[in-house]
Formats: sequence, structure tokens, C-alpha cells
Amino acid sequence: MTAACRPEELLIGVVAELIGRVRHVAVGALSPIPAAAALLGARHHAGTRVSILNSRRHSFFTDGGRELFDCAGQGRIDAFFLSGGQIDGAGDVNLVAIGDYERPKARFAGSFGSAYLYYVVPKVILFRLEHTTRTLVDRVDFVSAPGTSPPGTFRPGGPHALVTELCVFRFDRAAGRFTLASLHPGVTLDEVRDRTGFAFALPDHVPVTPTPSDADLALLRGPVAADLAETYPAFAADVLGWRATVGETAR
Amino acid sequence: MAAASLTDLDTALEAVADGMLVAIPPDYAGVAMAAARALIRRGVRELRLVCVPQSGLQADLLIGAGAVAEIETAAVTLGEHGPAPRFTAAIRAGRIRIKDATCPAIHAGLQASEKGAPFTAIRGLIGSDLLTVRPDWRVIDNPFGAGGDPVALIPAIRPDVALFHAPMADAHGNVWVGKRRELVTMAHAAAASVVTVERLHDGDLLADETLAAGTLPALYVDHIAVVPNGTWPIRFGDRPTDAAHLAAYAEAAQSEVGFQSYLQRELAR
Repeated sequence: MTAACRPEELLIGVVAELIGRVRHVAVGALSPIPAAAALLGARHHAGTRVSILNSRRHSFFTDGGRELFDCAGQGRIDAFFLSGGQIDGAGDVNLVAIGDYERPKARFAGSFGSAYLYYVVPKVILFRLEHTTRTLVDRVDFVSAPGTSPPGTFRPGGPHALVTELCVFRFDRAAGRFTLASLHPGVTLDEVRDRTGFAFALPDHVPVTPTPSDADLALLRGPVAADLAETYPAFAADVLGWRATVGETAR
Repeated sequence: MAAASLTDLDTALEAVADGMLVAIPPDYAGVAMAAARALIRRGVRELRLVCVPQSGLQADLLIGAGAVAEIETAAVTLGEHGPAPRFTAAIRAGRIRIKDATCPAIHAGLQASEKGAPFTAIRGLIGSDLLTVRPDWRVIDNPFGAGGDPVALIPAIRPDVALFHAPMADAHGNVWVGKRRELVTMAHAAAASVVTVERLHDGDLLADETLAAGTLPALYVDHIAVVPNGTWPIRFGDRPTDAAHLAAYAEAAQSEVGFQSYLQRELAR
């Protein structure tokens, strides 16, 4: 009998589904759920390469910090993850500041690689758990990277979907806006409307986000957790129930 | 050629003068933390930091200590320990200038400098507000295209000094960095390099083909000091970050008073 699916496991399942079949998915820092999703996906799609920042096992780079970006610029990375202090309805992300740039009300860490990777990686999955009108806004205060670009701009990449604690949105690049794709179990449409600061498109029928299959949960709690523990031991143990076997360490 | 001078840390750091443009690596590549504390102890001022491409405790500490006038970076963060508190406070109060960047732009600017070229072109960036706050970055239409196709130009970044930590150096002044090639880029791009190392290698790093592939030649290295555990409390190789220390710092540095008492304690070590 499979234990009940945890919220994190639901998210891992849906993100794995969004990544789909790709040659190479890369995961940045502080991203245990995307990392677990990439590892789960790779178990379904033989040949998928997974690069996880700060992992030794899942790293192919030998040319310093530039290589990830050079690799992405050449089209060698198919999927990546970004977050944002603010994300708006046009898919713009803000990783810099709230309020006036010169004297901000809040200052975030900075744009990282967003102002490049968002343009060149075909499937960028936005992952922001906090779903409030504070994070999902009508217009971001600072555009670290825009959701779409005018015709004539080199833009093979961009947002594919936005995953939050409440729901999944798909991004429509032609329309330049999000469409609600599914509601997580127990979440209502009104709740999403109340807690979203931007307008989004609504299909006639909004499905419930599917929970992972028993087979996927078993993979997640078994080999994926053991693999993930190299980089995210606390997450693997606390959420996926990973336990180091005698004589085995996270490394 | 003359070997890089192997000295004690304070002597090596004489190469870092007030007001200099100093390139520092990210936490995963070998952060010269002992050197940063020594610079603060000495009272260095008005540094202009270039984070390659981001920083954490090192930048936060130097900023909190009043040693920084300007920072170019793609991000400053304490990672799982949250935002960098002194960086955040300094930006909000307008105490330091910031040149907000994105990772590949910093790498590209250094690569231009490596080549002795005045600038380089990169993709991305079009439509980003970074272009608004970085008037030194330009946009032109791709001169090799059929018209249109805007592309961003990034000027060469030529630091006065590259400052980092590496596993080992030899008596000839060669430094082994392994696959941490951003350190090589930093050293190539900078006018001078100051390197702290865990230990001295007995032999010539360039004599062995396997070691030579991961070696920064003495040509680019000016000052070396042996400082075991020189990245503490930041991770290095197999040695993890001192998470308890970082958590305590993140808490203490929330206030100016807390930061100052942390700093006094650490500088007195």
C-alpha cells in the first residue's frame, strides 16, 4: 500500500511531466523539487541528461561557470527553471527589487542568469511556491527578463509553464499570457483568482493536477531519493523518506 | 620568468590597494575568506568588487565592514541561509553603487579582457531593465545579419586584481585550480592575481601533463600565500560550508550592531 502523496511529491510529478522528453535538463541552486523532477523524468526517458548545480554525479561541466551559459546559448540545454521575487501576467520575472530601483523597498539577490537563459532555453519552467498577489503581480517593478520579445529578436527560449503551491499555468507565447492548466487537489478556482495579481485565460474545463502514480511514488521514494540525497540530503530524508544505508554516505 | 612571490598573507595582500577593481569567485570555486578578513583588518576602503558571477558571505562581509564602494554582480545571496543582509541594507540605504548584471555578461566581459578585445557580444538581455540600469552596455543590430537582430555589447572587464583560493601552488608560482576554470579566466583578465592556497606542491605542476591541464601558469600569478582552510567558513573541495556558522552570521548580520559584534569577534581570531 502506497503512503499518501505529499504536496512536494505532487509538485515533483507535475514538473517531471512538464519537462517531458528532453535531451538535457539543467537545474540551478536551491531547487530540490525541480532536481527531483528532472531525475524522475530521466528514469522515464532514457538518454535524458540531467545537470544539477552543486552535484558531482550530475555535472558534465569542466570549463568553469561560463560553460552552462555557453552550452545553453548553443541550444544544448532544453529545459531550465527560474523563479522570481515577482512574476507578472506577461511572464516577466523580477529578481532585483521592489519599488524604486535606486532606493528599493525590498532588494532581492539579483538577476543571476535569467537575463540570458530565459531567452535561449526552449522550455523554462517558472517555479514559485508562494502564490499571492505579492508574488504574482500585474506588472513587475523591474524586468530581469521579459516573458516575450518583439519579432526580430533572437528568442528561441522562454516560459513554458508556471507551477505554484495552488496550480499550474501554461504560458501561451503567441498571446503572451498564462492559461490556467490545472488546480492542485482541494484548491478552488476562486482561491486562485483571489490570490493571483494578474489576469489569466481560463479553459472551459480546468482539471485537477494529477497525483503521481504508485509506480512513480515508488521511484521517487526509492532510487530518485537516493540519487537526490547527494545534493539535497535534508530534502531527500525529510520529504521522500530517504535513509542512508550502512556504509553509504550522501556523497 | 620570475616566479610569483610566495609570502605571508598580509604581504601578498599589499597588491590590493584602496579603490581597486577586485574580481572574486563564487562560493563553489574557492573564495579567499581569510584574505577578505585580513583586508578588513587592514582597513581597506573603496573597493570595487566584480563577482564572477555572484558572491555570498565574502561580499556581504566586505560591504558590512565599509570596505566597498561599488559592486558588479549577478547576485549576492547566502543561499540556503537567505538574503545577504549587509548587501541588502547597503543597497536600500544607497551606501554602495551597484552594477546589476547577469552571469554570462560578467563571464563574457572577462573573456573579452582575456583576449585584449574592447568588448564582446552576447545573446539575451534585449528588453531587460538591466540594459536601462547599465548604460555602459550597448545594443547594436547584428552587423553580420540581414537587418534587425539586436544584440547586446558588453565592455571588457579588466580587474586590477583577481583574488581567490586554490588547492595548491608550486615553488615556481604555478597554481593548480583543477576544473575551476573561472579562476583561470579571472586571472587572465586581471592585471594581477593574489592567490591563497591550501598547500605547496612538491615539484613542478607544469611538468606533469595531467596536472598541467588544470594549472594556471605563473605568468598570470603575482602573489601566493599558503593559507590552509583559507575559504572557511565557505566550502572548498570536499570540505562543506560551515552551515552553523553561516546560520549564526545570517542571524547576527540582520542588524548593524549584530554585524559589528560578529566582525570584531572574527577579526580577533
